Amino acid sequence: MSIGRPLRLLQGLFFAAILMLGAAPAWAQAIHLGNGTEPESLDIHQSSGVSEANIQRDLFEGLIAEGPDASLIPGAAESWEISEDGTLYTFHLREDAVWSNGDPVTAGDFVYAFHRGLAPETAAAYAFILYPVLNAEQYVAGEIDDPDAVGIRAIDDRTLEITLKAPTAYFLDMLTHHMAYPLHRASVEAHPGDWTRPGNLVSNGAFTLAEWAPQSFIRLEKNPRYHGADEVALDEIFYYPTEDEGQELQRYRAGELDVTYDIPADQIDWIVANLNDEYRNYPYLGTYYYALNTTIAPFAGNIGLRKALSLAIDREVLTQKITRAGEIPAYSFVPPGVMGYQQQSEDWADWTQEARNARARELYAAAGYGPDNPLEIEILYNTSDNHKKVAIAIAAMWKQTLGVQTTLRNEEWKAYLSSRDEKNFEIVRAGWIGDYNDANTFLELFVSDAGMMNNPGYDNPRYDELVKGGAFETDLAVREGMLEEAERIFLEDSPLIPIYFYTTQHMVKPTVGGWIDNIKDVHPSRFLSVDG
Amino acid sequence: MFSYTLRRLAGAVPTVFVIIAIAFFMIRLAPGGPFDQERSVPAEIQANLERAYHLDEPLTTQFLRYLGNILTGDFGPSFRYKDFTVTELLADGFPVSLKLGLAAMVIALIVGFAAGAYAALRRNSAFDAATMTLAMTGIAVPNFVVAPLLTLTLGVWLALLPVGGWGSFDQAILPVVALAMPEIAYIARLTRGSMLEVLRADFVRTARAKGLSERAMVLRHALQAAALPVLSFLGPTTAAVITGSVVIEQIFGIPGIGRHFVQGALNRDYTLVMGVVIFYAVVIIAFNLLVDLLYPLFDPRVRHD
Repeated sequence: MSIGRPLRLLQGLFFAAILMLGAAPAWAQAIHLGNGTEPESLDIHQSSGVSEANIQRDLFEGLIAEGPDASLIPGAAESWEISEDGTLYTFHLREDAVWSNGDPVTAGDFVYAFHRGLAPETAAAYAFILYPVLNAEQYVAGEIDDPDAVGIRAIDDRTLEITLKAPTAYFLDMLTHHMAYPLHRASVEAHPGDWTRPGNLVSNGAFTLAEWAPQSFIRLEKNPRYHGADEVALDEIFYYPTEDEGQELQRYRAGELDVTYDIPADQIDWIVANLNDEYRNYPYLGTYYYALNTTIAPFAGNIGLRKALSLAIDREVLTQKITRAGEIPAYSFVPPGVMGYQQQSEDWADWTQEARNARARELYAAAGYGPDNPLEIEILYNTSDNHKKVAIAIAAMWKQTLGVQTTLRNEEWKAYLSSRDEKNFEIVRAGWIGDYNDANTFLELFVSDAGMMNNPGYDNPRYDELVKGGAFETDLAVREGMLEEAERIFLEDSPLIPIYFYTTQHMVKPTVGGWIDNIKDVHPSRFLSVDG
Repeated sequence: MFSYTLRRLAGAVPTVFVIIAIAFFMIRLAPGGPFDQERSVPAEIQANLERAYHLDEPLTTQFLRYLGNILTGDFGPSFRYKDFTVTELLADGFPVSLKLGLAAMVIALIVGFAAGAYAALRRNSAFDAATMTLAMTGIAVPNFVVAPLLTLTLGVWLALLPVGGWGSFDQAILPVVALAMPEIAYIARLTRGSMLEVLRADFVRTARAKGLSERAMVLRHALQAAALPVLSFLGPTTAAVITGSVVIEQIFGIPGIGRHFVQGALNRDYTLVMGVVIFYAVVIIAFNLLVDLLYPLFDPRVRHD
């Protein structure tokens, strides 16, 4: 059966008209986002990853929200006051803040969510984010049974008071974390175990959960009740798990994705040559480093040797020839761009590599090593092509400059974590992405009683004093000075070797509007749009 | 036949139990645990997590608790996908893997068997050489090379088919083809080999001697006999294919259960791994039984009394 000629002509005209109007019909703006992995959970207290946080940020709104450039903006709270001593925060909630079912968002919803997130039976892995709140840590640890002892209470429906155990300069930034979102108590309690399913999930953000096909996609719809709904351009968001970066790029090229979660490192040349305008590469709040186990020989008390190894790594060559994804050579641990912090630097950062190598050889010899007595050392890393390439290159640089005999040990992710946390290594590859935009999230890792996160087993009382003191200091200028001094001491002691600062990488279609690269790599969908 | 089936089923029970026990203790021997992450959590939170998931109990208590739960059909919540139970994940994923796998196996069987049989009949012809070369290539080139090549050519360059996703017919084409290709190759080689052997067998000579036409001889006698090794191959292979392919699922973004096995083990998602292991064991045992029950239909020498 054939379609008659006039009809076919009509059909052609119709399609031509649609093409002229633009591919996407004007009545529904949808965006398709690659999102890395299938969410662990949409429960704000059960997740700990970036993929989950991206979706939760669209669904929920905390007291403080993030703008298109990740700057702090009022969220569910329209204003707030901080007491003189910096420990009492009073938040005033917006009058028009409502849940997606129409109920008002109250101060009690925040109190409920905080109590739930801290309760030992909830077992929230990220509960420590709320530790600045008075008695939060004690409640998590089961030392206090009464949740009302925790420093959060509702004065009335629209006034919330949070008491901190000590002034915390970065507390407002922490409130953007998903651990600090409110919850709609009635719907959470009505659906124990499955309140995060479409139909059950009541949220207060710019979008609501419409569909969840596990391992396939998650679809959000615009929340018409959201207080800023008029400014939200997107009607629908599709989040896809994209575990294979190569395939993610192909889906992007085929027009199935508007934004990718990551890019395949081995195709960077092709991307730069062909899609450079759509390639986004921006500094990230994270550092790639090699921790030296300072609790055992040969690194215990051997600062000269630690420095020699650091000096002998040519980070320019490493980032430009090996990793090649725009990473920034690192000569400090705290990355650039951290709020209220002047980036520190190794004093040899502006030397030539030849000068660094010469100094490295001196220190190496002074530590008692040489051609007849070379250092034999092992690098532990989790199995991955990128980590392997870096380790091989560094081993080669050490060999060439110092004559160090390096062996490589790779372990599968969980085995690696276990070895790392039990300090079963000499040198371990590690990376750290800040939990919030403050130097504290980097420096607190290495106070002597930080536990497993202190990979190198660093122990310097002066450093402890400065970092811990900085957390309590209300004068921001004094605090900044203390933290900066702490990092200088840290760099001088060289318990780890900073290698490069991470960058975030995405492919973003030219049709996507409102995308602003930022150091937190946070892109709330309420500010995004897609033009035909 | 009936009592044979019953005997086999009864024999399967201890097998499954042994598999459960071995898998349960082996996954826990692996270093690291389900809650180890890049950021190691403070000790009190680690303790809360272990208590919430009963990981603080002695291993034998945990094992008995697990056995008790699965007897009531409760496979527990996934440690990684915390919003879903293991039963839900398997119930959602299996139909997808089943459809994908069956489609691939049907195509593989038809194409592979026909190509292999024809190649045997035209032995040493150009067709034979071409088919066997292709088959060798199909076996040698792994899925993770074939699939991206298919998506690049048909999806990105020619824009004929979608590159990923699941739900529509056109989204299924590339993954089915990618999954079927190595199986086509295996079946073609297997069929060719067995067909050549059959064509030399006494009963074929007898059939020829009795004046049966070549065509009738092939269709009535040879093909049936040549199918036997393919049938043996089909049991475990079908079981493997319908339980999902981690490579294909990951590359095409297909929500099947194949990835749960590998990812579950890497994530130390104890309950999910156990659920998948038990499920695989049951499916594989079932398919082997099915093949054994089908055998007498193809080979009159085999009987189950």
